[in-house]
Amino acid sequence: MNFDAPAGPNLIDRMQVVGKPYDRIDGPLKTTGTAPYAYERHDVAPNAAYGHVVGAAIAKGRIVRIDTAEAATAPGVIAIVTAANAGVLGKGDFIDAPALAGPVVTHYHQAVALVVADTFEQARAAGAMVQVDYARAAGRFDLASEKSSATLAPTSPPTMRGDFAGAFAAAPVKIDRIYTTPDQSHMMMEPHATIAEWAGDRLTVWTSVQTIDWGRRDLAKILGMPKDRVRISSPYIGGGFGGKATAMADVVLAALGARAAKRPVKVALARPMMVNGTVHRAATIQRLRIGVANDGRILAIGHETVSGNLPDGMVEPCTIQTPSLYAGENRMTETRLAVLDLPEASSMRAPGEAPGMMALEIAMDELAEALAMDPVELRVRNDAKVHPGDGKRPFSTRALVPALRTGAERFGWSARIPKPAQVRDGRWLVGMGVASAIRGARTRTSGARARLETSGRVVIETDMTDIGTGSYTIIAQTAAEMMGLPLDRIDVRLGESDYPVTVGSVGQRGATSATSGVYAACVKLREAVAQRLGLNAADVGFDGGRVVSGGRRIPLADAASGGPLVGEDEVEFGEELGKAYAQEAFGAHFVEVGVDRFTGEVRLRRMLAVCAAGRILNPKTARSQVIGAMTMGAGAALMEELAIDKRFGFFVNHDLASYEVPVHADMPHMDVVFLDETDATISPMKAKGVGELGLSGVAPAIANAVYNATGVRVRDYPMTLEKHLAKLPRIV
Amino acid sequence: MKPFTYERAKTPAEAAAIVAGRPGAKFIAGGTNLLDLMKLEIETPTHLVDVQDLKLDRIEATREGGLRIGANVTNTALASDDRVRRDYAVLTKAIVAGASGQLRNKASTAGNILQRTRCPYFYDPNQPCNKRKPGSGCAAIGGYSRQLAVIGSSDACIATFPGDMAVALRVLDATVETVNPQGGTRSISMADFHRLPGNTPQFDNTLQRGELLTSVTLPKPIGGQHFYNKVRDRASYAYALVSVAAVIQPDGTGRVAVGGVAHKPWRVEAAEAAMPQGSRAVATRLMAGAKPTADNAFKVPLVERTLGAVMHDAGMKRTAA
Repeated sequence: MNFDAPAGPNLIDRMQVVGKPYDRIDGPLKTTGTAPYAYERHDVAPNAAYGHVVGAAIAKGRIVRIDTAEAATAPGVIAIVTAANAGVLGKGDFIDAPALAGPVVTHYHQAVALVVADTFEQARAAGAMVQVDYARAAGRFDLASEKSSATLAPTSPPTMRGDFAGAFAAAPVKIDRIYTTPDQSHMMMEPHATIAEWAGDRLTVWTSVQTIDWGRRDLAKILGMPKDRVRISSPYIGGGFGGKATAMADVVLAALGARAAKRPVKVALARPMMVNGTVHRAATIQRLRIGVANDGRILAIGHETVSGNLPDGMVEPCTIQTPSLYAGENRMTETRLAVLDLPEASSMRAPGEAPGMMALEIAMDELAEALAMDPVELRVRNDAKVHPGDGKRPFSTRALVPALRTGAERFGWSARIPKPAQVRDGRWLVGMGVASAIRGARTRTSGARARLETSGRVVIETDMTDIGTGSYTIIAQTAAEMMGLPLDRIDVRLGESDYPVTVGSVGQRGATSATSGVYAACVKLREAVAQRLGLNAADVGFDGGRVVSGGRRIPLADAASGGPLVGEDEVEFGEELGKAYAQEAFGAHFVEVGVDRFTGEVRLRRMLAVCAAGRILNPKTARSQVIGAMTMGAGAALMEELAIDKRFGFFVNHDLASYEVPVHADMPHMDVVFLDETDATISPMKAKGVGELGLSGVAPAIANAVYNATGVRVRDYPMTLEKHLAKLPRIV
Repeated sequence: MKPFTYERAKTPAEAAAIVAGRPGAKFIAGGTNLLDLMKLEIETPTHLVDVQDLKLDRIEATREGGLRIGANVTNTALASDDRVRRDYAVLTKAIVAGASGQLRNKASTAGNILQRTRCPYFYDPNQPCNKRKPGSGCAAIGGYSRQLAVIGSSDACIATFPGDMAVALRVLDATVETVNPQGGTRSISMADFHRLPGNTPQFDNTLQRGELLTSVTLPKPIGGQHFYNKVRDRASYAYALVSVAAVIQPDGTGRVAVGGVAHKPWRVEAAEAAMPQGSRAVATRLMAGAKPTADNAFKVPLVERTLGAVMHDAGMKRTAA
């Protein structure tokens, strides 16, 4: 199925199953601990040996000598993989840093050896016996120091329109500020984990990978083998946030270990190994220059950002939203990349928008104050009719203003006192903040297979993944809607590389893309059913488990009485719609905070997100996505920061005790409102994603609330207490 | 983790004798700290002597009107004891401010007092650390030190004692009772139990090899309002940036101990004379001689402000001089 024109009325519009707040169909498995996550798939390889990763003790340099003799004779040890015996390894398309160091070390905790033994304890104990001598090399570990050498990122070319410099210079009111965001860790609950098994030249990995096809492609390239000899199985994933986008070090090392041990091998990265040993979100330094007329209209807006990475690594594209969000004739963005020798930076939930909005939306708050204008009104005044960056494309939908207005009404925004530090509640200074939300609404080709079994049940197979998002449920809802069946007559099978390829769970595009693939496959299955029953497909309805044609109501199972029927298709998204329309999801975040006027501690009091993201396929799973994102935004605002040892070049706080993420006690009541919307330019489902929209804007709304509470403007995330403590009111 | 042998001792003196007589032996109770450290080979005992059968799990009244807390009383049992909640509320508040419900159910009184630092360089075996490997150096000095000590530190170590409970014990003038391998007992005040790092940061406290902590004794109640204000970036499950344990009397006098700032719970009795003058007067004396790093300089004013918060909550008129 090609999707290159806006969807007309279709079967999904019936909304008999789609759009209903069904519980997750995989929920009981997860709450009873019976969903098979990668490391616990004891059934697939009962004789698996255990691989323990020995991580590099330096950030940059060379291995001078590695002595595995003692470890090799330790109890239970079967094999030790090092660069010396692993053979030549290639490189995948998504991750640059090699999984295995030697002789060159490119980052701290890069694997220097994998010790394989009969038991986990034996492997770990022997791992400690591997002796490594290093020659440490000087490295570049400080973004601020390397900023001046940064070059334009080829993947995020500069944008400009009009005369930014002239308009900014002439603007009557303006701000010119630097904002910084820190390195962040994905810290998904399930660590990276893989069981690998070879059968001849065929490799199977049971693992935790968000995009199966990327994992398969990259693993095949790294191991130098044909992609079709790699099988990946990832039916359940305990969170990813981009940190498991493709096959990471655990997958590569498990495959190498299994080859060396001639036995299935399982590898999990211990939590302290995940932070430096895999990827993270890069720190950024961002400059915002915005000039406005006295009535608040933006005359000039410039956004520049720099982040660091390994030479071929990706940039954190923080300017990505700026051409789309606010109006203004004169504008520019620049995205630069500096070379750093820290561990590799990669995608983390809403790459670009999440840290980009952390800067842009404080800048808007500063402008509102400079103008003595309400921050909601300033944003409303700069709403755009067409894409501001190109001045031409209409938005497919753009509900920014309704989101802001709805949120202001629901949150009681009118009670906010613009002058900061005016509201007290016992020891607390209380403040309110707002930020817009925006995240690109993209899609990518996705397929599915729909099979009507002789039992009358419909099985859906796709390599889409469920990383805790609700994919199982919304895919079942789509199939149920299309086939006129109740939800419990649908079986969904995900995450197998043998199944039709989808985009996977990345970039907030999985839900609409993968369900559209299911839509396409079900169209094919409906045709096959009609044909089998000797009916004209165009005249056939599917309702209540029956095929309805004229006056006849034939049980759907009858169509499969002679054997299962299969419909398989993929939805291919043309480029036309993205060229004709600016496609973004919009929203608004409102937050109330308390700041302890003695200790400076910030605690959240209330949060509200208003999201306009096309059709909401399941309000319950969508809400869960958004409150999870709001929680992640709270972490970004208040506590999450990978602390760099700039002498030795590694993230020091590499465990969950020292890299703090929000706990239940941090999260207040959270409200989520979805605005009624469909976007026919996105997909047959007319849906966009919400999982990243829910994050983009949370942290700056919190930052703005903190400012409203204290009157101390902090432009350096996270907003930990020492950044405003000295400027808080004297304690009397 | 290195291989080790394991046995369960029958009496305190027997446990002490086994550990004293066997190089590489250590006591284990709840194991909530030791096992984690063994997995990382930060601790590498060759023999573990389990002390959970020693019947040290009672809280008993003393003839002096106080309480004797057995070394194996769990943190949960101690925090929820009616006598503790009534007469030593600072202790309950400190305990429940730490760890999680699950950990407190398992962690023992002695283990809590004996917990080791959470300095991230101590926890990373790739890094030099004089506490983990004497003489190897201190990577924390000049490194990331936001969480680390601001007072009483040395050129060899800037680690902190990370616990909460011991800060409350310090303000309550608790004493620790021990038994040695010969069966002899002694009593050590909390003031003298933990030590400053000096040139031997590998020693967290003044216990001798094989000496077993058997109980903690609280003197008779001192009344007053009890506070434990733990300042941290997130609302739960985090070590203190700074914590203040305080008992404040109706006349404005009181006691203060501070956690998160030193290698031991930090208390300067002489500073407490300034309580009626407010938090600044106390904090100035309490933190005199502080040598913070750039990362943790905020802790010094934070002590004053946190004490100010406590005084505010106590209803004292003057919280700042």
